[in-house]
This record gives sequence, structure tokens and C-alpha cells, in this order.
Amino acid sequence: MRIEVRSEKCVGCQVCIDSCPYTAIVMKDDKAFINEYCQFCRACVSVCPEGAIIEIAEEGDKVKPADISDYKGVWVFAEQRHGYIASVAFELLGVGRKLADARKTTLSAVLFGSSENEAKELVKWGADRVYFCGDAIFKDFNDEPCSELLSRLISEHKPEIVLAGATPIGRSFIPRVAAKLKTGLTADCTSLEIDAETGNLLQVRPAFGGNIMATILCPNNRPQIATVRPRVMKRGEYVSDRSGEIIKVESGNLLCRTKVVETVTEESSCKVNLQEAEVIVSGGRGLGDAKGFKLLEELAGLLDGTLGSSRAAVDEGWIAYSHQVGQTGKTVCPKIYIACGISGAVQHLVGMSSSDVIIAINKNQEAPIFNVATYGIVGDLYDVVPMMIKKLKEAKA
Amino acid sequence: MNIVVCIKQVPDTAEVRINPETNTLIREGVPSIINPYDTHAVEAALQIKDKTGAKVTVITMGPPQAEDALRETIAMGADDVRLISDRAFAGADTWATSYALYKAIDKIGFDIILCGKQAIDGDTAQVGPEVAEFLNIPHIAYVRKVEDVSDKSIRVQRLMDDGYDVVESSLPVLLTVVKEINIPRLPSLKGKMAAKKAVITKMDINAIGAEVENVGLKGSPTQVKNIFAPDAKVDRKVLSGTLEEQVDALVKELGVMKCV
Repeated sequence: MRIEVRSEKCVGCQVCIDSCPYTAIVMKDDKAFINEYCQFCRACVSVCPEGAIIEIAEEGDKVKPADISDYKGVWVFAEQRHGYIASVAFELLGVGRKLADARKTTLSAVLFGSSENEAKELVKWGADRVYFCGDAIFKDFNDEPCSELLSRLISEHKPEIVLAGATPIGRSFIPRVAAKLKTGLTADCTSLEIDAETGNLLQVRPAFGGNIMATILCPNNRPQIATVRPRVMKRGEYVSDRSGEIIKVESGNLLCRTKVVETVTEESSCKVNLQEAEVIVSGGRGLGDAKGFKLLEELAGLLDGTLGSSRAAVDEGWIAYSHQVGQTGKTVCPKIYIACGISGAVQHLVGMSSSDVIIAINKNQEAPIFNVATYGIVGDLYDVVPMMIKKLKEAKA
Repeated sequence: MNIVVCIKQVPDTAEVRINPETNTLIREGVPSIINPYDTHAVEAALQIKDKTGAKVTVITMGPPQAEDALRETIAMGADDVRLISDRAFAGADTWATSYALYKAIDKIGFDIILCGKQAIDGDTAQVGPEVAEFLNIPHIAYVRKVEDVSDKSIRVQRLMDDGYDVVESSLPVLLTVVKEINIPRLPSLKGKMAAKKAVITKMDINAIGAEVENVGLKGSPTQVKNIFAPDAKVDRKVLSGTLEEQVDALVKELGVMKCV
């Protein structure tokens, strides 16, 4: 397939250039021209007022579809660290249950390392079946044994969907599984649904630095693999007497050319604890300098909250990366999120828009943060925040 | 020792905004840059070169204009560069991109491959680990420090959610690096001269020996169905009056929410 501009129809209005998220359209002799950056998203096709941009099928377009009919079931890779299952696994079981029900199929979890008791927890959180391998090789995280064993299990049992956490572990080894099995992998999905018509998994993720959302399909290959960031999906229901099957898996001879010689837990990253906080006070470029965070810290203190930040403020060096909320930082859903001097780039919004209540303080009333805010105050944060601090102190006294 | 660094030319996404009225991207004046994480990968390679005398080859897959990004790395001190470019590569997802890079890297030869942890336009973090799988070598992602490197092995710190792991690997190995690993050097005057004069070697689909059904759109298991502006469905509440009255009302609401 290719997307082409029919130059006799093109009037050179350049609307398509603005629509293209990949900078793939340039002007050549006053006509639009599509270059190699094109990702075939068809955004330009729909905006062209002249109908001059068309999709052309080409010889050899038809990929011979692999035989995907015998792939059935939804799998969740349940990652563990230091023996404990990461909470993202329970969230994945929540969405996995819905997908399995929509496909009228079963939900299985895969657990490498940890213990059989933990495997039983996965059943209580919704898994019909758990493939469990407790071998010592999985005590520390190494990419090769995880990808090799998971690939082997997938080849054997042929699930149609595999979900994993978009964590340092999932984002590191799952790509190897996709490469090995020649199938699609969609990172950091914010929504997963079944297309009622085709049965395909509709995978929605932020693209292009999070400025737009894209729906991704993997129509001809199986399994469809997706990673989901922690705190994006809601956990399913915990039923303490739910029964399910634990299937013990032998690891056999797994190749492992890396070795973890030491594991260091850093105190500082725990103190921030953005993902557990009920109140987060976040600052962005509008703070102007690092000192602004001192003011926000005082406000956060009064609300028993913690400090967050936009990517801009981290890039400026005003605050540590561990505070960053957004697509390249942490995803949070506190009860109250107070955004001070944050314009609200989608990259930030995808990390906090599921907060229960969002309060936005920004000088620019056009700032996109107001589109997601429950309460918005248009004003200088250096006027508003001190006023809030004063009034909160009065209320407390 | 041969080090190959994979870089990507990306639009500076921090500069991109969406026009809420037309749902189109405002890209006016958005410059193309080397993916910021990749400049740290180049620096990490140059630091290993400084210690061991390794040869550093920087490669990128992209359209002809991606050449500019390669010249910048020559200015930093890269010994050699390759532009992997062919119309057949257009529309590649991470699988097809990794496949093409693997074919190229296999031709070039390597002991260590360095990548940024992810590109800021796609943010997938998939290409590095996928290249390692294709090459059948180990990889370590999110490297924040190279502690030690020899002809046969390497020891690094890998960033995790709750701290870091010290990880050893045999060579050859692929590493993806985070920003904390170093501060990329500025180009030297000598480097800038070299960059200006350099002839950029291009590798097309035949040069890397790739099979046509595995590259570009055709080799991509995933497809973009559509793109759209994120919608906002919010139960918005209005605060009115002077700034002080608004803050008053807000603090009262915070009280209702049992925060005070």
C-alpha cells in the first residue's frame, strides 16, 4: 500500500502538512509530497479538502495471513520482584477478565519465580489458570530466561492475547518475545477492547510524544501482545474462594548470559511514592525555577500529599525524575491532583487524567489542562498557591 | 572492539501541541533532533572508546535527511556512520525496524551495541531488546552506569522501579541507556570539520541483505488503525468571583473532600 498525492488535484493548501504527525509531507513545486517518514496513518487522507490524497493498494500488499484460528485465550504475565507479585498484574487480570469474557474464552496468568501461594492469589484476582514456574533461575530478573520460557509456553498453548506490565521488567523482555514469535507488540496501552466485528484487539496508546492517541491493530499475527502501565487499569474483583488450576511448568535448560550480582533498593524513590499518594501537588514550566517547588511542598504538606512534576520541570532540572508524572514518568490516580503552572501536554495528561478530582492553576486560560480539570483557576500560581496555603492554615487552626 | 550505536532522528515532541479546534498538530518551527536518549548512548560509546580504543560506528534508519543526525555524532567523535535508508523501509513498526537494524548491524560487526532507552516520538522502548533477540545476544535495558568493561564482559547498573540492579553480561551485548548515565559531550571544532567533510555511507535493502517481506509496512505485524485527539470528559465545576473568592470556594471544597 502507499499513500499518494494526486498532484493534478492538489491546490497546495498545506492542510495535510499540519495533519501529519510524522512530518512526512513536504511541499515540492507547490504541491504536497509524501516522503519516507510516512507511517500510513491516513490522517492526511481524511483532512484533504480536495480529495487529492489517496490510498493505493499495491501488488504484494496482501500479507499471507498466518493461521491464527487456533489461537484462543487471554494471558497475563504476572511479574514479581523479590518474590512479591507486582500490583500491575492484578490490574491486568481486571482488564484481562473483560477481554476473555468478550471473547468467550479463558483467562490465564503466567508466574515465573515467587511461590505457589502467590500463584493462588492470581486465581483469586480472576485467573482461571496459572502457569507457574518456581525455579531458582527466576529469583532475579534476567531477560533471556523469561523471554525464552514465555515464548515456549505461548508456542505450546497459543493464546490469542498476552498482556504484561509496562514496567522496567515487562518493557525490557516482552519485546524479545514479540521478536522471537514474529508478532505485534503495542506498548503502554491506555485502553484495550475487542472489536466486535473482527474479534481483533483494539489497542489504544499515546503516540508522538503523547500529543495524540493511536488505535493499533495486529490483524494477521498471534498472539496480540500489549503492555499496560501500572495504575491505568482498574483491578478486578478479589474473590477469596475462587478456584482455579495451578499448572507447574518445568524450566528445562534456559540460556542466561546475564547475571544479577547485586540488587540495591534506593530509599529516595520510596519517599516520593506518587502511585500511593492520595493528594499530589504538581508543578510545571510555569513555576519558573526550582524554588517554586518549595512553595508547592508547603501546600502538599498541608494536604498530606506529595510532590509531582511535569516532564518540562524535570527537563529543566528543577526536580528529580522520580517525581515525574506522565507518559515518560509515572501514571497516577490520586483522589486530588493539583496542577500548578502545567499547561497539560497530552504526555502529562495520560499520566494523571484518571485522578478523581483535578485542580488546575494556570495563567493561560487556553491551557489544555483546563479541559480535564474539575476546578480551574486562571491566575498566577504565585498569587493563588500562597492564598491557598494561608486559607488552609486558617481552616486548620 | 567494535561498538555500534543506533540513533533516531525525531521531531522535538516537547515543542508539539495540538490545536483543539482543528484536532491537528501544531508543528510550526518544530526542529528535528537526535532522540535525546540516543545522544547519551553515543556518549556512553565514546567513553568506552576513550578507555579501550574501541571503534564507534553510529547508524540510523530513516529518510535521506536523517544524514544530519549522523553528522552531529561525527562531530561528537564517532569514527564511522551508516545511513540505512530505502523506500522499502517506510511504514515499519518496531518489529520491522528491529529486523532491518539487525541485518545492518550483522554486516557491520559488533561487540557492544548501544541504544537510547526509547525514542521520544514513539516511546515504545522495544527496538533495542528486539534487535538483541534477532542477533541472539543478551541485552540489558535502562542502564544508568557502566561500572566496568573488558574484552569479554561488562558490568552495569540497571535502573529498576525500586532502585537498581548490578548486572554482568558476557560480550557481545546490547545495552539501552537512560539519561542519568552521562552528560553528552559538545562537538569539538575538529569534530565539526570532520562532520562537514564526511561522506555518509548509505545502506539500502540489498546492502543489508534484508528480505523484502520482513521490512517496511509489509514486515510490520502492527498497523495504525487511526489516530485521534484525546478527548476530555470531565465533570467540570465552576468557581466564580475574584481570585480570592475562587480560592475560598476551592479550599471549602477541599474541606468537603475531607482533605483539611
